Amino acid sequence: MTMDAYRYDDGSITYPGHPIGPDGSEPVGTVDLSEYTAEVVTWTTSHATPPGVREPNHLAIVEFDVEGTAVRALCQLTTGDVETGDEVRPVECDELREPGAGIREPESQSWDGYRFEPIE
Amino acid sequence: MSDVAVIGASMTQFGEREEWILGLLAEAGMACLDDAGVESDRIDHLYVSNMASGEFEGQTGVPNALAHDLSAMPAYTQRVDQTSSSGGAGIYAAWQSVASGASEMTLLVGGEKMTHRTTGEATDVIASLTHPVEYKQGVTLPSFAGLAARLYLEEYGAPRESLAKVAVKNHANGVDNPHAQFRKEIDVETAMEAPMVADPLRLYDFCPITDGSAALLFCPEEVASEYTDEYAVVSGVAGATDTHVVHERTDPTTMGGVVESGRQAYEMAGIGPEDVDVAELHDMFTILEFLQMEALGFAPEGEAWKEMDRGTTAIDGERPINTSGGLKSKGHPLGASGVAQGYEIYKQVTGDAGDRQVDADVGVACNVGGFGNCVTTAIMEGRR
Repeated sequence: MTMDAYRYDDGSITYPGHPIGPDGSEPVGTVDLSEYTAEVVTWTTSHATPPGVREPNHLAIVEFDVEGTAVRALCQLTTGDVETGDEVRPVECDELREPGAGIREPESQSWDGYRFEPIE
Repeated sequence: MSDVAVIGASMTQFGEREEWILGLLAEAGMACLDDAGVESDRIDHLYVSNMASGEFEGQTGVPNALAHDLSAMPAYTQRVDQTSSSGGAGIYAAWQSVASGASEMTLLVGGEKMTHRTTGEATDVIASLTHPVEYKQGVTLPSFAGLAARLYLEEYGAPRESLAKVAVKNHANGVDNPHAQFRKEIDVETAMEAPMVADPLRLYDFCPITDGSAALLFCPEEVASEYTDEYAVVSGVAGATDTHVVHERTDPTTMGGVVESGRQAYEMAGIGPEDVDVAELHDMFTILEFLQMEALGFAPEGEAWKEMDRGTTAIDGERPINTSGGLKSKGHPLGASGVAQGYEIYKQVTGDAGDRQVDADVGVACNVGGFGNCVTTAIMEGRR
């Protein structure tokens, strides 16, 4: 399992990747964000979740530092016991939510990924 | 290019309705034509703002069905779907149709039927607008609000109570709106102690799930005088987008689509934020009222909450915001909400807002889709 971000010609990186990057250039490679730790930018715990989603659902926007380039991702957390600025690391998860329980066609996207846990 | 007037407006009762989408749309459409004194055979273009009638009730093809129900054939019809900003996008489309000369009478009807679904199901239909990497996390639009609210409160030192005060203000305004879903005042303590929904936001920080419809009738200004001496002119209107993936924004508390659509609308109208007398903002979540105030230039960055504390945004303040009660109190039937914002501004600038009337010649309606993913901003000026 990987968490692939796209690197573009100008050095910028996005997650997810796009066919055209922020500066208008095409991707030139990928970066596996699961090999990095990240910092919590902000977080919430959702207590009203849709079908097939754990409740409560701890979520955060986290920021990776990939050799000096900042990349952000929305992710699930393993716990709600976090603070802004905490360092977190990825933990593999086979199903982040139950495919087919919600409105989206199960075959239209992947459902595995990473939950992030605080580093003590 | 013609100046475009709004000569009629209507909205149904918002809330939990027995009618399904076709009935709701017809109710608002007929009321709007009655309000303007225009026969349905005068309609050249008919636009329906709707996000998800197919997903909510398995009914598609609603614009054509509405044209038949209103006996508006052979009017051209088109559905406008821009998620929660479908209504505002409908205003933009209706304005384009008249300004371009393609239509001399355009009826816009926005509507949504939602309450027959559970909260979880309705939340999932709305969350289906998100990117696959967001959707698989189980994110909801309320979750985005929680993420942005925490960032705003921590970054700017705003007290948590400031968000509760937005809910209190808009609930108080809704009391005087006979079409509002909730016509009940609340206090700060109630809002602060309500169940947590998306930490740090609680129940009263969120709009309800709503059924309802609203309509506006557009024509060239030179045609407006055939029907009425009191009308509004759409002096500015624009739309813009921000990143679809919310976390890719440099600052999730800056609404880039609001900034850009507002800038273009102001430029078109030849005015600035200081000239705006009243505004309807997309308070789907209380935090959005602050973020839109700042993006539209009503307050410096990080200081909208101070303006509210000063009373600037109250109904008797210098620039009242959400005199209708906003989405928060009036309700949020997705496709109808932007049209209903236009309804309120039309009523305010034509002096027909009843108990909610404020001193207003110029009003702004800002309709937000997703979490600021797509936005339209419209400016109306009264002609009396």
